[in-house]
Amino acid sequence: MRVLRYLVVVLYFLVATAPLVWMGLSSLKHRDDSIRPHANFLPALSAPATPTDPRFEATLAAYRQLGEVHAGAQQSFWSHLGNSVLIGVLSTLASVALGTCCAYGFSRFRVPGAKDWLFFILSTRFLPPLAVVVPVLIMYRTLDLQGTHAGLIVLYTVFNLSLAVWLMKGFLDDIPRAFEEAALVDGYSRAQAFVRVVLPEARTGMAVTAVFCLISAWNEYGFAMTLNSSGAITVPAYFAGLQGNIEGMPWPQIAAGALLFVAPIVVFTVLVRKNLLRGMTFGTIKQ
Amino acid sequence: MSFLELEQLEKTWPDGTRAVRAVDLSLERGEFVVLLGPSGCGKTTTLRMIAGLEQPTAGRIVLDGREVTHLPASERDIGMVFQFYALYPHLSVAENIAFPLECTGVAKSERLAVARRLAEQLELTHLLDRRPRGLSGGDQQRVALARAMARKPAAWLMDEPLGTLDASRRADMCEFIRAQQLEHSVATVYVTHDQEEAMRLADRVVVMSAGAVLQVGPPHEVYDEPADLFVARFVGSPGMNLLDAETSSADGGAVLRPRGCEVQLALTQSIGAGAVILGARPEYVRLDPRGDLRGRVVLDAFMGSHRYVHVDAPCGRLVALQPAHASVANGDEVRLSIDPKGLRIFDPQSGRRLA
Repeated sequence: MRVLRYLVVVLYFLVATAPLVWMGLSSLKHRDDSIRPHANFLPALSAPATPTDPRFEATLAAYRQLGEVHAGAQQSFWSHLGNSVLIGVLSTLASVALGTCCAYGFSRFRVPGAKDWLFFILSTRFLPPLAVVVPVLIMYRTLDLQGTHAGLIVLYTVFNLSLAVWLMKGFLDDIPRAFEEAALVDGYSRAQAFVRVVLPEARTGMAVTAVFCLISAWNEYGFAMTLNSSGAITVPAYFAGLQGNIEGMPWPQIAAGALLFVAPIVVFTVLVRKNLLRGMTFGTIKQ
Repeated sequence: MSFLELEQLEKTWPDGTRAVRAVDLSLERGEFVVLLGPSGCGKTTTLRMIAGLEQPTAGRIVLDGREVTHLPASERDIGMVFQFYALYPHLSVAENIAFPLECTGVAKSERLAVARRLAEQLELTHLLDRRPRGLSGGDQQRVALARAMARKPAAWLMDEPLGTLDASRRADMCEFIRAQQLEHSVATVYVTHDQEEAMRLADRVVVMSAGAVLQVGPPHEVYDEPADLFVARFVGSPGMNLLDAETSSADGGAVLRPRGCEVQLALTQSIGAGAVILGARPEYVRLDPRGDLRGRVVLDAFMGSHRYVHVDAPCGRLVALQPAHASVANGDEVRLSIDPKGLRIFDPQSGRRLA
């Protein structure tokens, strides 16, 4: 039984990490090696003699070339990564801040029709976001938000807000009201009690919510592609935009960039993995 | 006007439940008043209205000559100890104690000095740098008390502060709280459902049921002269013995006949003829070989310094207080007598005491 369990875990691990490993290997190749018809997957210090050799010459050239502007793009990988960071971080901050405030209201005050409001907020997730891509495109064109950082920040904030409200409501519901009440009696206003007592207690919840929001904004492709085909292009849209250019795909550079693009999210997720599990149950597990 | 005054205080929840009905209460400076009642009787709601955590539906609250009915909690100058202590988990013990001082603009060094002094007083000095989560219930309790004392508030409010402690710690903490309260002479309202705790602490006990105050008085008065059947049953452990009885007037008083027993009890006061409920505390009921009441022992509960013998008589169940050494066996046929001094008479309809 034990052996079987390990076998399943190991197999799954291999399946799950194989693409990442391949990506890592590709990032070390010369472009020719990356598109050679014969598989090559063993990094070596010098180029192999025959084209059928499974070895390839490892190089960090792709990483050095990340600063170059490739055919089919106007800017280098780094500036697109900058766009992704700016849009991802700001929309995450906005989602968590607004979501926390909104959830606090629902958690602590008697809101008329609270259940209906909360359902409405959740219901905004029922529709696949891309179903509204055309109206959003028209709106953004009218508002001159196409191709801007602000446009995607607002959009991702709106998409993530429902999740943030629900997650944070779960976390805030778990914080006993007595803490705030003690602060109120101790001479603090409601707002002060929120900042001084509730927020420190809600830190893990906010971190978890932030990870979820960041991942979804970071990985978003559909809107990034349609709304920001020029200007403020995020990394996923940038990679896609390299397709079909005359020089062919710069695979090693794409692999190198993708690896750097994935890394922060992996690190983040590992750091808060225990709390993530709790977050995914929407705070329904009581301690 | 008293130091803390509640006038016709009312609380009705949005669903129409009347949690607190027309409560009148006044406390003098330095007085310790205990709100006593079963859960759901409105005692905690009353306390929370005094604190400003709950808005009264009607009525007035006056504290130290100032109407505070609609003031926010932060402007009432109150120290509160919560049922589960509500110590701020992200702050150290010292920071917890100093927290109420922070918003009054007291300098940090002075705040910490106050915290240290209070900690010394409450024997918490060795815990000042710890976080509350790791402390024992009794220690958390004392930190909560220190925090409530830090600002030298006009009044202390305590919401079942000993509810989560085990029995042996509870007696110590009772004594400790009372000593602190006497030393600082702060008007204190204390909520509990434990009548022993109430007796031990209170200058005056306020017995509440279903949102209303049934009786206010010093512990001995509430115990000896219960205003109605509820108080008679609720106060005292075990509660008062209660039997259905008939009265008829006699020369200079009345005669009582418990329904089902062939006994007559003479009463010096005269009350109208008819059905009544007769009450007697266990200490007025004796196992007495010459007694008129016959019954069978169902339980002999040894309490250490004394014992309670539960007897089934034809007219009902009676509990008699006995010396610790006078044990009896279950099933024994015994005779009982009731000391007429301890007789209390209640109206079966209204529940009010008649004599």
